[in-house]
Amino acid sequence: MALPNYASTGQRVWHYSYLTICALIFFFLIFPIMVIVPLAFNAQNFFTFTPEMLRFEAAGYSLKHFDDFFNNPDWYRPLLNSLKIAPMATIVSVSLGTLAAIGLSQSHVPFRRAIMAVLISPMIVPLIISAAGMYFFYSSIGLQGTYWGVVLAHAVLGIPFVIITVTATLVGFDKSLTRAAANMGAGPVRTFFKVQMPLILPGVISGGLFAFITSFDEVVVVIFVGSAGQKTLPWQMFTGLREQISPTILAAATVLITISVLLLITVEMLRRRSERLRGMSQG
Amino acid sequence: MSETTANEPMRAADGTPLKRSLARALRRQKLRALGLILPLLAFVIVGFVFPIGQMLMRSVDNSVVTDTIPLTVEALRDWDDDSGVAPPEEVFVALAADLQVANEARTSMTLARRLNFEYSGVTTLFRKAGRAVADWDIPNDGPYREQFIEVDDEWGDPALWSAIQAYSGSYTIGYYLAAVDKTKISGEIQNRPENERLHLMLFGRTAWVSALICFMTLLLGYPIAYLLSTLKARHANLLLILVLLPFWTSLLVRTSAWKVLLQEQGVINDIMVGIGFLADDNRFQMINNKLGVIIAMTHILLPFMILPLYSVMKTIPPSYVRAAKSLGANDWTAFWRVYFPQSIPGIGAGAILVFILSVGYYITPELVGGPTGSFISNRIAYQWSGAGNWGLVGALGAILLVAVLILYWVYDKIVGIDNVKLG
Repeated sequence: MALPNYASTGQRVWHYSYLTICALIFFFLIFPIMVIVPLAFNAQNFFTFTPEMLRFEAAGYSLKHFDDFFNNPDWYRPLLNSLKIAPMATIVSVSLGTLAAIGLSQSHVPFRRAIMAVLISPMIVPLIISAAGMYFFYSSIGLQGTYWGVVLAHAVLGIPFVIITVTATLVGFDKSLTRAAANMGAGPVRTFFKVQMPLILPGVISGGLFAFITSFDEVVVVIFVGSAGQKTLPWQMFTGLREQISPTILAAATVLITISVLLLITVEMLRRRSERLRGMSQG
Repeated sequence: MSETTANEPMRAADGTPLKRSLARALRRQKLRALGLILPLLAFVIVGFVFPIGQMLMRSVDNSVVTDTIPLTVEALRDWDDDSGVAPPEEVFVALAADLQVANEARTSMTLARRLNFEYSGVTTLFRKAGRAVADWDIPNDGPYREQFIEVDDEWGDPALWSAIQAYSGSYTIGYYLAAVDKTKISGEIQNRPENERLHLMLFGRTAWVSALICFMTLLLGYPIAYLLSTLKARHANLLLILVLLPFWTSLLVRTSAWKVLLQEQGVINDIMVGIGFLADDNRFQMINNKLGVIIAMTHILLPFMILPLYSVMKTIPPSYVRAAKSLGANDWTAFWRVYFPQSIPGIGAGAILVFILSVGYYITPELVGGPTGSFISNRIAYQWSGAGNWGLVGALGAILLVAVLILYWVYDKIVGIDNVKLG
C-alpha cells in the first residue's frame, strides 16, 4: 500500500485522503462500541459524559452500575438464565451439526445443495417469522415457556453457524488420513475421535462459539418461546431499552463487550491454529 | 489377455462383477453420509421448517366461522347479497341457535374477534346479541329478526351480512387481502379506507430503507475491503479484528450504543453543542426516526458487506491493474475498467446478504425507529402480541418470507451457500 517514489502530487493527495477516509470508517465501526465502556463508570445516572468525567476527576467515576448489575436480581437472574440456556443450546447444535457437516463433506451426497439450503435457512429467515412459528409449534407440544423449549429453539438458530465453520474446516481435510487409519485397523469411531476430530477441532470450537454467541445474544425467539422464568440478559436489556432506560444497561453492555472480545480473540487464535495444522498459513 | 476374459466383466476379489461391487460401495457411502446428516436434518425440519409452514397455514385458515355458527352459514348460503335487504327470518333463527351453543362453549368472542378484522364493530354486536340470546326460548320466541334488530339496528344492515357471508368458507384469502390493504365487500375487492392502509407503505419502507442501508454499507465497506486486500496478511489480520469486533458484539449492545450516542441529550448532540455548532435548544433529532435506523443498521450490517467483498478482492491479481497502467490507463480508468468489474461478485454477495438480513430486522427498528422508522417485522410483532390477529401474522409473514426466499435463491445461484464466510 506504499506510494511509489514517482507518484505525482495529485496521487499523493488522493492516497492520503483515502487513508484518512479509511481511518474514519474504522472509527465509525469501533467508536460506538468503545464509547459505552467509560460511560458505564459514570457516577451519575446520565447517559452522557459529565463535566467531572471529562476532567478525569475520580468523583466522576464509580462502579455503582456494575454493583447494581451483579447484585440486583432483575439483572443477575437473567444473566444466570443466559448462562444456563446458551451452553446447552451450543451442545445440541454442535453435536448434531458436526456430524452433519462431516456427512455433507463426503464426496457423493445426494441432494447436497437442497440439504445445505435447509440447514442454513435459520440464519436467513427473518427472526420474527421463526419466532412466531416456533411459538405456535412449541405451544402445541407443551414446550412453550419451558427451559427445553428455549434451548431447542436456540439450537436451531445456531446450526447454520456450526455447519458453515465446520464444513469450511473440512474443505482442507486430507481424506487419506482416515483411510490410513482404517488401513491400520481402526474402526470408524476410533478413526473419528483419534484422527479426524483433533484436526477439525478448531473449526468445531469456533462453530460452537458462534452458536453460543447466537443464543447468548438472541432476543426475539426467546420472548416468543420463553416465559418470565427463562428471561435472558438480552431480553432484560431489550425491555430496559424500550421502557425505562436504566444506566445499569451500560454496565451490562460493558460485560457483554468483554465477553465478545474474549470470544473474538479465541476464534482468531483457533483460526490461525487450524490454518497452520492444514498447512494453509501464509505466514 | 485371452479371448475369453475380454468378453467377461471384470471381477472384484470376491468374484462379483466390479461394476456392481463399485455401485454397492458407492451406495453404502451415500447412505453413510445421509445417516450422518439425517439427525440434524430431521431436527431442523421438525423444529423449524414445519413450525413455520404450520404458522403460514393460519394465513388461509378460516374454520372458526363454520365451526362456531354452522347453522347460520348454511342458512345464509341462499341469501343474495345484492338484494339490499337483510336475510330472511330463518337465518336469524339459525344465528340465535348457534349463539346459544357458542355461549355455552364460550367460543362466540373468538368468532367475533375474527369477524371484527373484516367488519369493525362486530365484537360489540356479538356481545350484545349473545347476552340477549341467552334468555330466548328457541324456536318459540320468534320472530327473531325483529328482536335482533331491536338489540342493535346494525343486524338489519345487509353490509354486515354480506361480510359474514363472504368470510364463511373454511379457507379465506381475507388475511392476504388485509396484508395488501384490500378488503372484500359484496364479492368485490376494494381498497381499505385511507386511515387503515398501512401494510403496503410498511413493505415499501422496509424495502426502500434496506436498499439505502445496503448502499451505505457498500459505500463504507468498499474502501475498507480494498485496503485490507492490499495490505500484507499480518497487518490485514490485525485490522480485520476491528471489523470482526462489531460482528461479535451483541446486537443489543450496539443498538443501545447508538441510542446513547444519538439521543437528544446524547453524546453527539452534546459534542456539537459543546463546540458551538448547535444551539442548546436546537438539538438534532437523530433518534426515533428513519435517520436513526439507517445510521444504526448501517453500522450493524457493515461487517456483512466487508467480509464477502474482502474475500473476493483477495483473489484479484494486482498484476491486472499494473498491466492496465503500463498500457497507458490512468488511475481512474485502471480502477473502473479493470479492477471494479472483477470485484462485482463480492458486491453482489455482500449486497444480497445485507439486504436479506436487513428486511427481516426487528430489534433495531423497534428500539431506535420510532413511528417513522418501523419495519414490517415490527408490524408483525404488533399483530401477534397486541392485536392477536394470527391470520394476518401468517399472511404478512408469508409475503416477507417469499421475498426473502427469492433473494436467498438468487444468493445461492450467484455465490453458493457453501461459500458464506464468517471471518
